Amino acid sequence: MITLYHYLVLSCILFAIGVAGVLLRRNILIVLMSLELVFNSVNISLAAFSHFLQSMAGKVFVVFTITVAAAEVAVGLAILVVIFRQKKTVYVEDLSEMRH
Amino acid sequence: MSIWLLLLIPLIATTTITLITRRHKDLSSYISIGAVVLCFIISIKPILYFLRNPHAEPLEQSFTWLNIPGLYVEIGTLLDPLSVLMLFIVTFVGSLIHIYSRGYMHGDPGYSRFFACLSLFIFAMLGIVLANNFIQMFIFWELVGLASYLLIGYYFEKPSAADAAKKAFLVNRVGDFGFILGIFVIFYATGTFNFLAIEKQIEAGNVGDWTLLLAALLIFCGVVGKSAQFPLHVWLPDAMEGPTPVSALIHAATMVAAGVYLLARTAFLYHAAPPEAAMVVAYIGGFTALLAATIALAQSDIKRVIAYSTLASLGYMVMAMGVGGVSAGMLYLTTHAFFKALLFLAAGSVIHALHTNDIWKMGGLYRKMKITGSTFGIGALAMIGVFPFSGFFAKDEILVATLASGNYVLFIGGIITAFLIAIFMSKLVFVTFFGEERYEGHPHESPPVMTVPLIILAFFAAVSGFVALPGLEPNFSTYIDGHVEGGEGGHFVAILSTLVVLAGILVAWLIYQRGFVRAEVIANHCHPLYRVLENRFYIDDFYDRVIVERIYNGIGRAFNFTEIHIIIGFFVNGSAFITREIGKALRLLTTGRLQEYALLMVGGVVILLFFFIFG
Repeated sequence: MITLYHYLVLSCILFAIGVAGVLLRRNILIVLMSLELVFNSVNISLAAFSHFLQSMAGKVFVVFTITVAAAEVAVGLAILVVIFRQKKTVYVEDLSEMRH
Repeated sequence: MSIWLLLLIPLIATTTITLITRRHKDLSSYISIGAVVLCFIISIKPILYFLRNPHAEPLEQSFTWLNIPGLYVEIGTLLDPLSVLMLFIVTFVGSLIHIYSRGYMHGDPGYSRFFACLSLFIFAMLGIVLANNFIQMFIFWELVGLASYLLIGYYFEKPSAADAAKKAFLVNRVGDFGFILGIFVIFYATGTFNFLAIEKQIEAGNVGDWTLLLAALLIFCGVVGKSAQFPLHVWLPDAMEGPTPVSALIHAATMVAAGVYLLARTAFLYHAAPPEAAMVVAYIGGFTALLAATIALAQSDIKRVIAYSTLASLGYMVMAMGVGGVSAGMLYLTTHAFFKALLFLAAGSVIHALHTNDIWKMGGLYRKMKITGSTFGIGALAMIGVFPFSGFFAKDEILVATLASGNYVLFIGGIITAFLIAIFMSKLVFVTFFGEERYEGHPHESPPVMTVPLIILAFFAAVSGFVALPGLEPNFSTYIDGHVEGGEGGHFVAILSTLVVLAGILVAWLIYQRGFVRAEVIANHCHPLYRVLENRFYIDDFYDRVIVERIYNGIGRAFNFTEIHIIIGFFVNGSAFITREIGKALRLLTTGRLQEYALLMVGGVVILLFFFIFG
């Protein structure tokens, strides 16, 4: 029998993997993908709560999150393409213009 | 209604000249002269009214300016014999001085500015004269200070004139500080600023003795400043830096008379206050007169000598007010307005012709300038107080009042002052207009625009004393006081003062005309005394060296230290320093590496989680 805790543990593991990817990977594409993992871990926990608590609110939130995440990825990837054309690199440590 | 016009017309004149007709010199001067002459014509009606009914009730008009709980301030006019007399003096002598200025200031680059300032001055002075309450009087009192600053500093490109203007303004501020404190004391005691209401309250005995004494002395501070009494007399001789008509206006008819007028206006206060207040007034006045008369002996600048004679006259007037002779003081004020304006304007005529103020570069001018010379002579005789010229009556009334009050020290001081005045005024006449000719160039008589005012003033300087003749009804003292002042020993005083001034004239004649004793010999003989007199008893030096340099500059240095080291150094720069150092520390966190920011964020979230779960 799969209970709520199974879903939450899965969500936690995915979240941890996502955060680790954001913090540790050098390639900015991978960083973005890891961010998506974080999003989806949250979506899983929302959907699970919604199912087990018999409430529609969680499912509605999931749909919203997916929509916003799609838009965010579109913008993020567009910026990434421009940065790559300018700097010919995708490594995070080379992108420190904001400091100056 | 027409009374308000007296204030409006000069105000409109000064604004019109400043804003519109500044570039048209002749038009500006006509506007200014027209304004003051119009004021004179308007004031004739109340003058005639009070001459016919000297015992009429005062006419008061006012409207509310401020009305909040506990404070009622009005703007109003008060017409009584006293203010109407001042109205006459200010507008009449003012008109003559305005007309004279047209000739004297001819060709001056600041012609329009000069007339704008004159109109402003007349506006302020009429405001003082007409005021029915202390607040209004103080406002116009300060306006007179401003106008006098502008006029004394008229040649502002000359450093000495700019300094003199500043000095006059600042010295007056010292006195005015006391004046406004006195107004507050009176308001605190009576709850009103209105002169008539205050008088009623004081007569009803609602105000304590000590309060009255304090108020009287504080208000007298204002008089000491404005009427140039010791120890604030130093501004008046320096104020001679202004053009000569200004000296005539400020130092004869108007500004310095304002202080004496204030004493007459608040005479009820000094009457009700403990006698010490009036004694202070009388002794300050008497001392000023004696001091100024001695200093005048050693001066050789024609305007300065007249300036010190003005100080002596003001001392007389203040002394008269102090011994309770209000009508005597006002009579002196009236005649003084005529003969002192005359002396200044005649001196201006001489300066206009010779372009020097030094009497030792004049001499023998009577042959060239008959009108100026004879009018100056009349003015000098009036100032000395020779029968039947106006000054005789005024001085006599003051001396009689002093004797009647029992202040024999003051009486003797007054007699000595009269003797000294006789010496230096006749010296002025002998050295300037007679004797050998020491001038350069070809002096000639001034144009009629200057001599006609001189002749009119000379007429009044000669005969205006007769208004005080005892038989006349109403004569001067019944007009001002409503009763005849009982003068014991009137004949004794008249004979004594006449003898004294004749002796003074004789001394001056022997020294300066006959050369019986050379002036230089006396000066060398009494060298230290002469030096002291020449340097005006070192009072100016004392103020410069001790008050300004030590005390004032010391305070200035302390404030400067506070400003630079505490306010700027500690508070302003200190807070900037702290902010900058915090910024420097925080900058170390801003590495620019994306993943470090993310790590910090995650770390923060972890800490928050920790608190939520275990906290």
